[in-house]
Amino acid sequence: MTEQLAARRDAAAPTPAAPDAAGGMVEEPGWTAAVRRNLARRMPLTELLPSTQPAYVGSWVYVFGVTTIAALVWTIASGTILAFMGSAWWHTSALGHFVNSVHFWGAQMFFLFMVLHLWGKFWMASWRDGRAATWAVGVVIFLASIVTAFTGYLIQENFDSQWIAVNAKDAINATGLGGFFNVLNFGQMYGIHVMLMPIVVTLLVVLHILQVRTRGVVRPIGDPYTPTPETGGDTPEGRLEA
Amino acid sequence: MNSPAPFLHVGFILISLSNLFLIVFMLVLFAVALIAPFPHRIRHDRSDRRD
Amino acid sequence: MRHHRQISKKEYYRGVQMLPYDLIKELAIATGVMLVVVLVLAAVLSSPDEPSVTVQSWAKAAPLDYVTTATAELAGTAESAAYGPPYDQHHQGDDVQAIGPFAPQIWFGVHVPINAATDYVLQPLSESSPGDPQLAAALTEYRSASHAQQQSWLTAYTAALGKATVSGDTVNVPQGHYGPLPTMMDAMLELGRSGAMDGLLLSGQHFYQTDYSLPLMFMASGGYLAGLAHQYKMEGNQWGMMNETGSYPGQAWLWLYTFWYQIPPFLTATNADLIVVIIMGVLSIVLMLLPLIPGLRDIPRWVPVHRLVWRNYYQEIARVAASRQGPAPSATSG
Repeated sequence: MTEQLAARRDAAAPTPAAPDAAGGMVEEPGWTAAVRRNLARRMPLTELLPSTQPAYVGSWVYVFGVTTIAALVWTIASGTILAFMGSAWWHTSALGHFVNSVHFWGAQMFFLFMVLHLWGKFWMASWRDGRAATWAVGVVIFLASIVTAFTGYLIQENFDSQWIAVNAKDAINATGLGGFFNVLNFGQMYGIHVMLMPIVVTLLVVLHILQVRTRGVVRPIGDPYTPTPETGGDTPEGRLEA
Repeated sequence: MNSPAPFLHVGFILISLSNLFLIVFMLVLFAVALIAPFPHRIRHDRSDRRD
Repeated sequence: MRHHRQISKKEYYRGVQMLPYDLIKELAIATGVMLVVVLVLAAVLSSPDEPSVTVQSWAKAAPLDYVTTATAELAGTAESAAYGPPYDQHHQGDDVQAIGPFAPQIWFGVHVPINAATDYVLQPLSESSPGDPQLAAALTEYRSASHAQQQSWLTAYTAALGKATVSGDTVNVPQGHYGPLPTMMDAMLELGRSGAMDGLLLSGQHFYQTDYSLPLMFMASGGYLAGLAHQYKMEGNQWGMMNETGSYPGQAWLWLYTFWYQIPPFLTATNADLIVVIIMGVLSIVLMLLPLIPGLRDIPRWVPVHRLVWRNYYQEIARVAASRQGPAPSATSG
């Protein structure tokens, strides 16, 4: 992702605009060029991977986002092994059961840190200053993760799966969607859990990170120096200047 | 871990000690993250910056 | 909140000291530490894997429950027989959930058709009747009897099962006028015990089978599966959605979803599922749109948890303001 963006930026950077006959600057026409300019403007690599952060980013609460990603990494890695070895493997092999245990605890840690991240961002009101969409995508990730975990529980092929399917069918049937999202259909749930939901969650997480990185870290609540369009970013001279 | 979990039953609340432990652990971890000092940030003296 | 999209990140950070922060190193360390955490948890605590129930294990462990369920399937009174959509169109009674005229369960119709009497009893029996003249005769007698006669047998036999005793491999009912039902149900029990029923319920027109709707709905109609779930405290009225077999943590994140089922009126409402789904849907949307909802979005300003998170920064603001001896800007003005 970032390599593509870097390539686009590099391609775009030397000629963001070309001099016209009158010596003025005109932008290259076309949709492709417009998208490239937009990406280069919104997501230059120095913005996506900054090596400095504002001084107020100084609390362990900020770490819960990255630990959530770390847990997702190992959940997907162990899930990939489980998918490769086939659905029956982990019931009969000690190594398989261990990989399943990694998957189980990876998912538990993913939810644990995702909820801590949510708590942190709530108490910091991190949706301020134009970040409402970042918060909304985070909530969608939470909901998508619940669907992912639910379908995962349904395809364990053990008593747990049987009972969860039998117990959960009524809620989904009540909405009328039971015929299309049939929790009793193992094949359907398997495809959704192993293929569809990991792609959905991963893409949403990438989008979420891009949102965070392009907008930057929200300033502390009540920071009297927070720039606004009205003040044009003016701040009292000398204060905390780097 | 395969033996049945003990459950806490208070009024209409019924929770396994495993889930209770997990939730208490989350609360503790959140409190620690709020309180524990974070290293290498906020330098009053700019010459103290580290790279 | 308004217009801030027009500010670039550079402008937004203006006046704030920027300090080195190695994001990639942080990610690498977090990933490494998390690997150790999940490996240790997996090695020490393992993971739950309570063996699945089969129709065979059900028929062996609880033969009377199994036969009673099979009889109810034939009579059309079992859960799977009288569920309504998406399984069958003929029953749209009390089991179908609706809020007044709002009845999406009916609107979407039948997509997983189950014909209980045929799928669970008559078809499996006729598939196994070749070579069993007694069973073939019983099936013929049942099929050629009038509906009233069938109902009469079924009612009498169902009542008799309430007084039945189990000895060895057989379910014994008191003498009565049950027509061919005892022969049919003995054969059903035999199919269950032998494991043949597990295969018969999955065999359709296809070689590959991944759809367990039929056998799971059969088990859902009996009391055996639910009895096991009750032991594990996984039933709906036991906060079951967040519980797990053994001593493992379950889907604790479903605490609010399962909470509603523990309190009136959802505790007893026949359309509780539909109402709870709607409540949770609305709450999810509220959470998503929280930044736009006055009052809710102000809670973090009122409850000063942020004072802990940014305590160094707030001290710095106060210090700088004091050193400039100007009027200190209020850090809580919002």
